[in-house]
Amino acid sequence: MSNVTTLQIYRGDNESGEMVEYQVPRNPGMVVLDAVHKVQSIHSPDLAVRWNCKAGKCGSCSAEVNGKPKLMCMDRLNKYPDDATISIRPMKTFPIVKDLVCDVSWNYEVNKKIPAFKIRKGERKYYQYEADRVQEFRKCIECFLCQNVCHVLREHQLKDEFCGPRFLVRVAGLEMHPLDTEDRSELLKNELGVGLCNITKCCTEVCPESIAITDNAIIPLKERVVDRFFDPLGWIARKLFKKT
Amino acid sequence: MMTKVAAPRTATRLGETDRLDLWWIGPLSVFLGLSLFIVYATFRVFYNAHYVIDTASSAYLLSPFYSPLILWDGMPPWLSPGILILWAPGGFRLTCYYYRKAYYRAFFLDPPACGVSESPKKNYTGETRLLLFQNIHRYFLYLALLFLIILSIDVGYSCIWPDGFGMSIGSLVLLTNVVLLGLYTFSCHSLRHLIGGKIDCYSCVAFGHTRHKMWKGVSILNQKHMYWAWASLFMVAFADFYIWMVSTGTFTDIRIF
Ligand code: SF4
Ligand code: SF4
Ligand code: FES
Ligand code: FES
Repeated sequence: MSNVTTLQIYRGDNESGEMVEYQVPRNPGMVVLDAVHKVQSIHSPDLAVRWNCKAGKCGSCSAEVNGKPKLMCMDRLNKYPDDATISIRPMKTFPIVKDLVCDVSWNYEVNKKIPAFKIRKGERKYYQYEADRVQEFRKCIECFLCQNVCHVLREHQLKDEFCGPRFLVRVAGLEMHPLDTEDRSELLKNELGVGLCNITKCCTEVCPESIAITDNAIIPLKERVVDRFFDPLGWIARKLFKKT
Repeated sequence: MMTKVAAPRTATRLGETDRLDLWWIGPLSVFLGLSLFIVYATFRVFYNAHYVIDTASSAYLLSPFYSPLILWDGMPPWLSPGILILWAPGGFRLTCYYYRKAYYRAFFLDPPACGVSESPKKNYTGETRLLLFQNIHRYFLYLALLFLIILSIDVGYSCIWPDGFGMSIGSLVLLTNVVLLGLYTFSCHSLRHLIGGKIDCYSCVAFGHTRHKMWKGVSILNQKHMYWAWASLFMVAFADFYIWMVSTGTFTDIRIF
């Protein structure tokens, strides 16, 4: 086993940059983030990288390792061949502040569009089996890897029209809650742009929390939009039974 | 050691990526698999022959491509009964959430794979505008449920021999086809929604507990929706092929009991 790892790391900002090659010692049990820290300590203390927990829970260390969106702290070096060069770039979808650090503030702006939980009046009892479904969505650590890989944002740059998978997960968590009474289907169809998602599932593929984003959040939300806007039989039934 | 290497940052040409794995195998296999099916199904539907075994000495076997069989006196000979019905299962698959993912990736390269660039094109509208018709899927689901009943009746007919009840390889083929189509249909995302997924508070509605259980059941099947989609696609083509071969005398339909 070679005891040296070669990394190519993006150095630069949003305007210009280059891939710079570094070699660092490889120890058993290392993850990609450890190797990046070694670069900082051995070669380049000014290398910018965002991280906090090193446990896959804070969602800070998102990057693209050999072209795949990943948390660097959860990506073991021994998965890569000893003689391989590992390339590390910042997320492509967001503006680069410096090196591996992106400006993800757009996401926080999108979040503000979503109406908060509106609790139902009267009896507020519900059962665990009813809450199970929304608990999956609470696992989100806001790493924004799904936002990064989503081609609607990444390739088509439709940030004004589409909220991205992370926020569809958030809406699903609110909409499907047994006590919530807010109806977000119109918002989903219009401002949040759920119709722009073509369910190609890249968000699900990269989610480090293994949230079934497309199957459990996006498709059920699309079906709710169909209920409300595109199902004539459902519309007649609602009129007949006077449901809104 | 530290050296500088030149590297452009943004990938903008179709297929550009930093991924080193064989990402193109997935879309290529889907492209080939679906194309093969479409070519075979189109050929068989226009072939308009050898789709039924209807003799005095054997059970009645009908190809799923032609079921329910619609024939009438004076029907133009060029009109295949397959065309009259195949739009329904075809539409069901065309608007299926899984197949949508599959053909958007493999045929429209939108995207070809995750983290792989598309050709720069303007005016992406996703499933709005032109593709709004995808929302009709639940209506095709209702038809698909009807087709399941019809195909189950066909399995029943395939077990009625001149001397009573019996089963042949052909009836097993038709039975497997119905089972796989059933698994595909009962794992449908729209069914999952309609059967109970649309409810937020199960304890607040009539039959909420039962509907939650049904939703859970469909959800379990739904996790493998892609597998049922492929397995049933293969099986329906194979069932047709088997009946074609038996009808031309190339295969003999062996009776098991
Ligand atoms: S499934 Fe939809 S939200 Fe997820 S990556 Fe694909 S287009 Fe984006
Ligand atoms: S849904 Fe998954 S990929 Fe998206 S931000 Fe949350 S944890 Fe990250
Ligand atoms: S450092 Fe917290 S998720 Fe990687
Ligand atoms: S989603 Fe695939 S059949 Fe309905």
